[in-house]
Amino acid sequence: MWCPYSCRSAEHAISRRTFLGGVAAGLGAVSGFAGRPMASLAGQLDRQGYQVLMIFLHGGSSQLETWDPKPGTATGGPFRSIETTIPGVRISELLPKTAQQMHHLSLLRGLNTAEDDHGKGSYLMHTGRRQAPGQEHPHLGSLAARFLAPERDPLPGYIHVTAGGGGLSGKDAAFLGPKYGALTLGNGQPPANTERPGSVEEAEDLARHELRMQLDHRFDLRRRTAETEAYTTSYEQALQLMERREVFDVSREPARDQDRYGSHDFGRHCLLGRRLLEAGATFVKVSHSNYDTHNENFDFHLEQVGEFDVSFAALLSDLAERGMLDRTLVVVMSEFGRTPRINQYYGRDHWSKAWSVALTGAGLKRGVVLGETNADGTEVVDGQATGQDLFHTYLRAVGIDPVVDEFAVNGRDFQIADPASFAIEELLA
Amino acid sequence: MTGPRRRSDDPEAHAAEGGRCCCPVVADPTLAHVSAELPHDQPLICCAFDPSGRFVFAGSEDFTVRRWDLDAGEAAAVPFVGHESWVFDLASTPDGNTLLTAGGDGRVILWDAGADEPLPRLVLDAHDGWARGIAVSPDGTLAASCGNDRLVKVWSIEDGTLVHVLPGGHEKPAYCVEFHPAGGALASADLSGRVVEWDLATGKERRRLDASALYSYNGGQQVDYGGIRDLAFSPEGDRLACAGLVNATNPLGAVNDTAVLLFDWESGVEPAVQRGKGDLKGVAWGVRFHPGGFLAVASGGSGGGHLLFFRPGEAEEFHRFSLPNTARGMDLHPDGLRLATAHHDGKLRITRLEAAPA
Repeated sequence: MWCPYSCRSAEHAISRRTFLGGVAAGLGAVSGFAGRPMASLAGQLDRQGYQVLMIFLHGGSSQLETWDPKPGTATGGPFRSIETTIPGVRISELLPKTAQQMHHLSLLRGLNTAEDDHGKGSYLMHTGRRQAPGQEHPHLGSLAARFLAPERDPLPGYIHVTAGGGGLSGKDAAFLGPKYGALTLGNGQPPANTERPGSVEEAEDLARHELRMQLDHRFDLRRRTAETEAYTTSYEQALQLMERREVFDVSREPARDQDRYGSHDFGRHCLLGRRLLEAGATFVKVSHSNYDTHNENFDFHLEQVGEFDVSFAALLSDLAERGMLDRTLVVVMSEFGRTPRINQYYGRDHWSKAWSVALTGAGLKRGVVLGETNADGTEVVDGQATGQDLFHTYLRAVGIDPVVDEFAVNGRDFQIADPASFAIEELLA
Repeated sequence: MTGPRRRSDDPEAHAAEGGRCCCPVVADPTLAHVSAELPHDQPLICCAFDPSGRFVFAGSEDFTVRRWDLDAGEAAAVPFVGHESWVFDLASTPDGNTLLTAGGDGRVILWDAGADEPLPRLVLDAHDGWARGIAVSPDGTLAASCGNDRLVKVWSIEDGTLVHVLPGGHEKPAYCVEFHPAGGALASADLSGRVVEWDLATGKERRRLDASALYSYNGGQQVDYGGIRDLAFSPEGDRLACAGLVNATNPLGAVNDTAVLLFDWESGVEPAVQRGKGDLKGVAWGVRFHPGGFLAVASGGSGGGHLLFFRPGEAEEFHRFSLPNTARGMDLHPDGLRLATAHHDGKLRITRLEAAPA
């Protein structure tokens, strides 16, 4: 059964008209510059100060070993379920600490994304669109960087903390331009080369920067592109980052908190996530790897979910205690779930037909469980939703109206989220 | 509940009935054939014969243990219902009276092995997290368990009292335990490939053996993988076999090779790896010393299900018998002529190591 997540309210009609009026002004201001949203709307959103924390469980975490356990069934596996702080809601025993924070969270157990490929599933969950040849859509992080980040944000609008390699990449920004791409903090380390070389005096460095700005300005007057803008922004941000390098130094956090979050990489990365959000970062994504457990799903989930539970529960608790949940959207997602059927290697394979996402924070209800799967967890029997619906929901939660036509790209209008989908109203506060 | 049923106290009659036999074993692995398939409707995980050889038990993904009566030849199995999770390991007391089971609910349960309607006789909340291994001492008085809490515990079988907690030996989940046949010592093994010898009298650690060749950390996938999946002492107690895997190029995708390490127990010298020919893909889930002087190994994984037979000191098996489905556990019948294997397809297979009837 599909939920009527349709949203065609009068408020949205007004929003659309208001927006379209602004588009004309916006396009006039940036004539010839593709993928340019309306400035006035962005400015309005700046004031709202929303932030986003995405926890991405890379590889496809098992809904049965996390948010939608089915103990005692043929598909349930060896783990039991435990009570949470929401009466009647049980989650996997692998999440004992998170269970104590459950009243801060909501669950969507009726997710059907119909995409079992890693790359395409990841694309869908990050962009709210199915991947299609010749089309690239911005990731949620890039949209947040564009719409939510202050104009002169000293921090990059989209920061990704991962155990992998680091660097700057504009790929996720698609037509928004590389300025809104991700700064990836490889293994949670500060961006490379953000310390002034010892051989360069501060005055020399400043003079060098001023010369570069003069040359940039002359070049920009006649040949401004998204790339040159990103180049200029990167330099300006880099200078600001050099002054605020300590923001990335998680060792400055109290030892007690470092213990609470766990000594493993994910614990360190989650604590860095908190530090960045407290410093005002607009969008922080923390990845945890690897959940692609075709083999020995239960041993690997024991290890991975065990790490996740300690760090995520500490982070969620801190955000709640510090009042940050009111302005921070928190989403825990993967590219898909895992098969209810347990294979011959004690593994679970890819399964997008019935899985779960946990979310909370800004603009969302808390302590809500939406959607239901059948006894074996093989399909959704109530409250089915798609990845596109979720994307609309994220945007609405942080004050972005996903129904308006947002971008003109090479003469073609693109709605910011899939036009055929709508936000899940039952999740919105 | 009824008491245990024994076949006979007459050694000759016992042997004739298929029980423990001290006569020269004439098993020939090259004649291996599946002589029976005992069905269950859920995947099986582990299996064990009782010391008389009359019963064979299997732990299942449906939280039960199943018991088949080999002498009766009945396909229907008697269920042992009591665990709240998968049953990972089984062991019997030497007299066959008591079956001990270790489960993912952290419990060790003691059962009357031969009861018509078995019920838990003692339930021990043994481990925080999965109880993964269970073994019984040669004199039948003690049981040892191990689990994901990295602990090894020793229990009195008579009343279930905790005799020793053996902490500090393992920094990763402890997968299996085995008593030394001479008594007095216990070996435990873990995910990292560490084998610890414990002094049973004092509860102190004696030494560690290094089987880390069976373990790897995959940095790309960020996972620990491998470890010792089964332990077996030789009947004389002079060697220890460790079953597991090597060459784990893709742990999450089950790409690894079946392997066994055979230690000289006295010297503890790091041994050479014995592997399936042609880099057989899989995991050695079970290993037993055969009285005929060879090792029997059950392999399961992406390379299929197989029984491998190794001679000590030889790098590859001298014979491989392929099974119809991936194998997950194995035990050797007291007669030395039969091997039981637990399978994902729910079947408990009996493989005979002798010529099939014409």
